[in-house]
Amino acid sequence: MKSTVKNPKLSLVDWWKYRKKKDLNRSKGGNFLVFLMLLLLGSFMALPVVYSIVQAFKPMEEIFIFPPRFTVQNPTVKNFKLIGQLAGSLWVPFSRYLFNSVFVSFAGTLGNVLISSMAAYPLAKHDFVGKKVLFKLVTLSLLFTGGVIELPRYIVMTKLHIINTYWALILPTIASSMGLFLMKQFMEQLNNSLLEAARIDGMNEFQIFIRIVMPLVKPAWLTQIIFAFQGVWSMTGGNYIYREDLKLFPTALSQIQSGGIARAGVAAAASLVMLIPPVIMFLITQSSIMETMAHAGIKE
Amino acid sequence: MKEQLYSIWRIFFPKRVKSTLTLWQQIKRSKSSYLLLAPYFILFTIFTIIPVFAAIGLSFTYFNMLNVPEFIGLSNYKALFLNDEIFLLAIKNTIVFAVITGPIGYFLCFILAWFINDLPKPVRTFMTLVFYAPSLSGNMYMIWQYIFSDDQYGLVNSFLMTFANIGIIDDPIKWFTDEKYVMTALIIVQFWLSLGAGFLAFMAGFKVVDKTLYEAGAIDGVKNRFQELIYLTLPQMKQQLLFGAVMQISSSFAVGQISISLAGFPSTNYAAHTIMTHIYDYGNVRYDMGYACAVATILLLVMLLVNKVIQSVLVEKNY
Repeated sequence: MKSTVKNPKLSLVDWWKYRKKKDLNRSKGGNFLVFLMLLLLGSFMALPVVYSIVQAFKPMEEIFIFPPRFTVQNPTVKNFKLIGQLAGSLWVPFSRYLFNSVFVSFAGTLGNVLISSMAAYPLAKHDFVGKKVLFKLVTLSLLFTGGVIELPRYIVMTKLHIINTYWALILPTIASSMGLFLMKQFMEQLNNSLLEAARIDGMNEFQIFIRIVMPLVKPAWLTQIIFAFQGVWSMTGGNYIYREDLKLFPTALSQIQSGGIARAGVAAAASLVMLIPPVIMFLITQSSIMETMAHAGIKE
Repeated sequence: MKEQLYSIWRIFFPKRVKSTLTLWQQIKRSKSSYLLLAPYFILFTIFTIIPVFAAIGLSFTYFNMLNVPEFIGLSNYKALFLNDEIFLLAIKNTIVFAVITGPIGYFLCFILAWFINDLPKPVRTFMTLVFYAPSLSGNMYMIWQYIFSDDQYGLVNSFLMTFANIGIIDDPIKWFTDEKYVMTALIIVQFWLSLGAGFLAFMAGFKVVDKTLYEAGAIDGVKNRFQELIYLTLPQMKQQLLFGAVMQISSSFAVGQISISLAGFPSTNYAAHTIMTHIYDYGNVRYDMGYACAVATILLLVMLLVNKVIQSVLVEKNY
């Protein structure tokens, strides 16, 4: 219907009619009400985000004026420079924290995407004994993403002697259930006849998975990448890692932030730096995310 | 009940209608399926299933990580409910968090997704990013320290003190350290954090709703956007609603980290103590793992139960 606007034969009157049709069941009063609510709820959501960006650019003297201002008078990048300076004074070189974070994020995300899509394929497209039970377990474990099982997980990891290694951070990320869940729901809508044709051509299930299924579910693995990455990137690893040289980037930043109220500006700048990689990834993958999440429902 | 048991039985022992293969033959036939599943489910077993059962098992023991767990029966549970007043306070606070931030956060996710669904694409993408940013970043919620700061430099305090030149209050409110206000402040922060994966699922759900239905609905007498939402959109989004509910339960019962980061640990008179901070207390501070596991087991059971109830309500209501 959008293209009709460009149609030269269409008179302005007709266009008005079409336009009205697009706004079906949308009254002016309702629009205003929705706008008002959106403004109210939206500013509740957005203002703290804006405020933390503003804080990062405030010079020290502006952070401590009364009454505090929501805006910045003389924006400065001093806070960002200070991160670098303070980072130099840490016991372990700053680049080491950064390397740890990048390495763990990369390995965890890659492993998660590969291994959970490998498991998602039979769950979505094969018929075998125990399939329903396994998927039910995964769905239930979505409940425990909030850290409820962190303590017993720590006990299990101690028994496996992987505390204080990269494995303690990478392996749980790979085993997270969110990625498998999304991937399985997305794969279910793939066309069966395509897989059947490949089987007739003599491909085995692994070849089908690599050559046919994986290229078709690109939106789903892009989505999985953002979820997995977001999870690892913000992880402090505090519970599983005690060796200073294996700690992650957020730990280094929180050490800088822990300098107290005098470092308020630096702390805000550090949070902003932390936010940049996931935001960039979110913007790149957001249309894939929408496509994937459309299938994310739980079917009873 | 009987039917459910029967259906669980049937999952393990399917009716042999189509094939006359034995169970073992069926398993052997789908060898490649199991091979593909194996890497994930080995890790899943180690890092999710075993911890859950370890928590249940250890909850009946005294265990301090150094000695072998010593079986003490139900003592941990007895102590929790009969002698541990702080645990009862933690339950109360967790329920307050869950009952308030759970449903309202869920509603917030839904209503914001619905509002911005009508907007043109670039604006919608931008709004999605702004709303999702709190979940996207690990520790952006620390900004609330400056919004709800204890002194007059905090945004909220200064606003209240200078409001209409006289001010509503004379002295700054200690939002995160006064036991009267700490829960209110944390609940507000938790609302702000509630737009997560559920919100994205709702956004996507609105986009895949069959649009032709709206025109048909208009002819059949749907008059405004609210009727459209209730009669046409909601029934089509049942699956996203179920998923959103799971995500909401998982976050609103596990409030703990923000309490520790913002209100400190322990918070003033344990005013912001939750089940999660109680686990942290006994697990990470006192190293009484058996006791901490008993607390974790209770939380696990509560979450599973609430999930069961909500799922069955949503399924029965047909949306």
